[in-house]
Amino acid sequence: MNTEASTLKDLDAVRSMIKRHKLNDYLFGAVGLSFIMLILLTLLVLFIDLIMDGYPKLMSWDFFSSFPSRRAANAGLLSALVGSALVMIITFVSAVPMGVAAAIYLEEYAKKNWLSEVIEVNVTNLAAVPSIIYGLLALGLFVYILDFGTSILTAGLTLGLLILPVVIVATREAIRGIPVAIREAAYAVGATKWQVVSQHVVRYATGGILTGVIIGMARAIGETAPVITIGALTFIAFLPPSPVTTSAPFLNFDWLWSGFTVLPIQMFSWLSRPGADFHVNAAAAGAVIIVVTLLMNGIAIKMRYNIRKKIKWQ
Amino acid sequence: MNTANQVLKKPMELEISDRLAKKFRRNLIERGIEFLLLLAAMSAVFTTVAIVSILLYESYTFFEHVSLWDFLTDTQWTPLFADAHYGIMPLVSGTVTTAAIALAFAIPVGTIGAIYLSEFASHRVRETVKPILELLEGVPTIVFGYFALLLVTPLLQKFIPGLPTFNMLGPGIVIGIMVIPYIASVSEDAMRAVPMSMREGSYAMGATRFQTAIRVVTPAAISGIIAAYILAISRAVGETMVVAIAAGQQPNLTFNPMDSAATITAYIVQVAMGDLPHGSIGYQSIFAAGLVLMLMTLTFNLLGHFTRKKFREAY
Repeated sequence: MNTEASTLKDLDAVRSMIKRHKLNDYLFGAVGLSFIMLILLTLLVLFIDLIMDGYPKLMSWDFFSSFPSRRAANAGLLSALVGSALVMIITFVSAVPMGVAAAIYLEEYAKKNWLSEVIEVNVTNLAAVPSIIYGLLALGLFVYILDFGTSILTAGLTLGLLILPVVIVATREAIRGIPVAIREAAYAVGATKWQVVSQHVVRYATGGILTGVIIGMARAIGETAPVITIGALTFIAFLPPSPVTTSAPFLNFDWLWSGFTVLPIQMFSWLSRPGADFHVNAAAAGAVIIVVTLLMNGIAIKMRYNIRKKIKWQ
Repeated sequence: MNTANQVLKKPMELEISDRLAKKFRRNLIERGIEFLLLLAAMSAVFTTVAIVSILLYESYTFFEHVSLWDFLTDTQWTPLFADAHYGIMPLVSGTVTTAAIALAFAIPVGTIGAIYLSEFASHRVRETVKPILELLEGVPTIVFGYFALLLVTPLLQKFIPGLPTFNMLGPGIVIGIMVIPYIASVSEDAMRAVPMSMREGSYAMGATRFQTAIRVVTPAAISGIIAAYILAISRAVGETMVVAIAAGQQPNLTFNPMDSAATITAYIVQVAMGDLPHGSIGYQSIFAAGLVLMLMTLTFNLLGHFTRKKFREAY
């Protein structure tokens, strides 16, 4: 009788303990979900607010086709849009071939020795160097030592260096996903190493490499600090010389040396002016930047998920 | 018979030397390509060397004018004034304060979010939230600067009367919001990498989800989680645009979040926006400030590297 009562009491204790722990589970789940939702909602509200602030400007075509102006109502994004596009060309040309080649070396060629170790440590470390430090590097190296001045070329190369680790890391990951059997099959029919790499490994990894390139380019478009550090101007009321001409040789490289402004710098300059009317312009520029970068990142992330899902090598 | 053999032999010999030449050429090209690829990979090393040497070279000239002792102990930073002082501490205090506010906010929220996503969330919630977090990592910092100056600070001013337009609290919180997706996403990756058998073992002993998450999964993933924290610290310390826009540009030796202050990064931006002649002491001062920033983030990065190595558990 006595023992039975104490067993019952123990049982109750166990039951209440289970209940308590289940409550803990439930509570933590609720807290976690609300934290996540809180952050996502906050950001959503901020984005919507930004777009609403800039809405009047975004709806007028003049905003995209005018130069900056001393009067907020007339000021537009044209020189920043063109500047960003031209800078991105240089960034792409300088970062992508170099990054892909570096990743190929590290994944396919590098022997396990101190040199490979040094390169690896450098790539990891560069990925975590603050972007403004790249600006200082470019100011010292490109602007003064190499005497490129504050030009589109300097800005493009700076951002190229900045996204190099992004491209390298993404490419390595993509290459690592290609099974050894593919390589062995190619070797078995007499392909050289470079043939294996260029005709098989890189070709099959293209999707993964592309996602890394897109994410890197999106980051370059939004970067402000390094471009300010090299001394980019905020008030540009002209367009760089056109890269394409109507007469032979049809290409013109004068634009490389031209002064420029880019989207985030234009936004920064409007934002740092006192007065609410310029802030409307800043909001509109911010909305453009957000849409462009989110779109690029969105495409890249979607691609990555699709690749992960689709490819089954076995 | 003999002649026939010779006739047969000759083209074969030719073919062999031909093949050898071909093979030689091919090997040469292969070697050349390997060398080019190595050069591309070395670009990472060259970049690091270039960064360090530019910073050291320009700072060297700076430290010829300013003693290291003054640099570290002077409580004022006014290189652009007639009465110039070169004490880095006001910039460091601004940097540390904004980063501390950001992390005090981001680390708990990010970690709880990661634990929730990895251990509690349903498959559908996780597959929806994870890409969104990755997407948010790509939002440019200039946009967050706008939020700090025009949305968060005015909101804070409603609760804290007397808060100046430029303060460290607003930007600190915004940087926190900015790094939360990063912390949550990277920590979640680390937790997901913990093998399912460990969770099953824990459940088999009668542990609840919460107990399993806190006492089994989190300790097993701790190296990845700490690495996420450390990279977040690096980001918060090196963050530029948010503080340059919303924290004010007056170097101010204070740890009070309600004050306005300049960070190292904000100072560099401020000088770069102006027209300082190349070679002037003001121009060199940004490299000295950059060197301090580089040393700060490098310390954290190395710390992250070693914690990951030390605490890494192989399954």
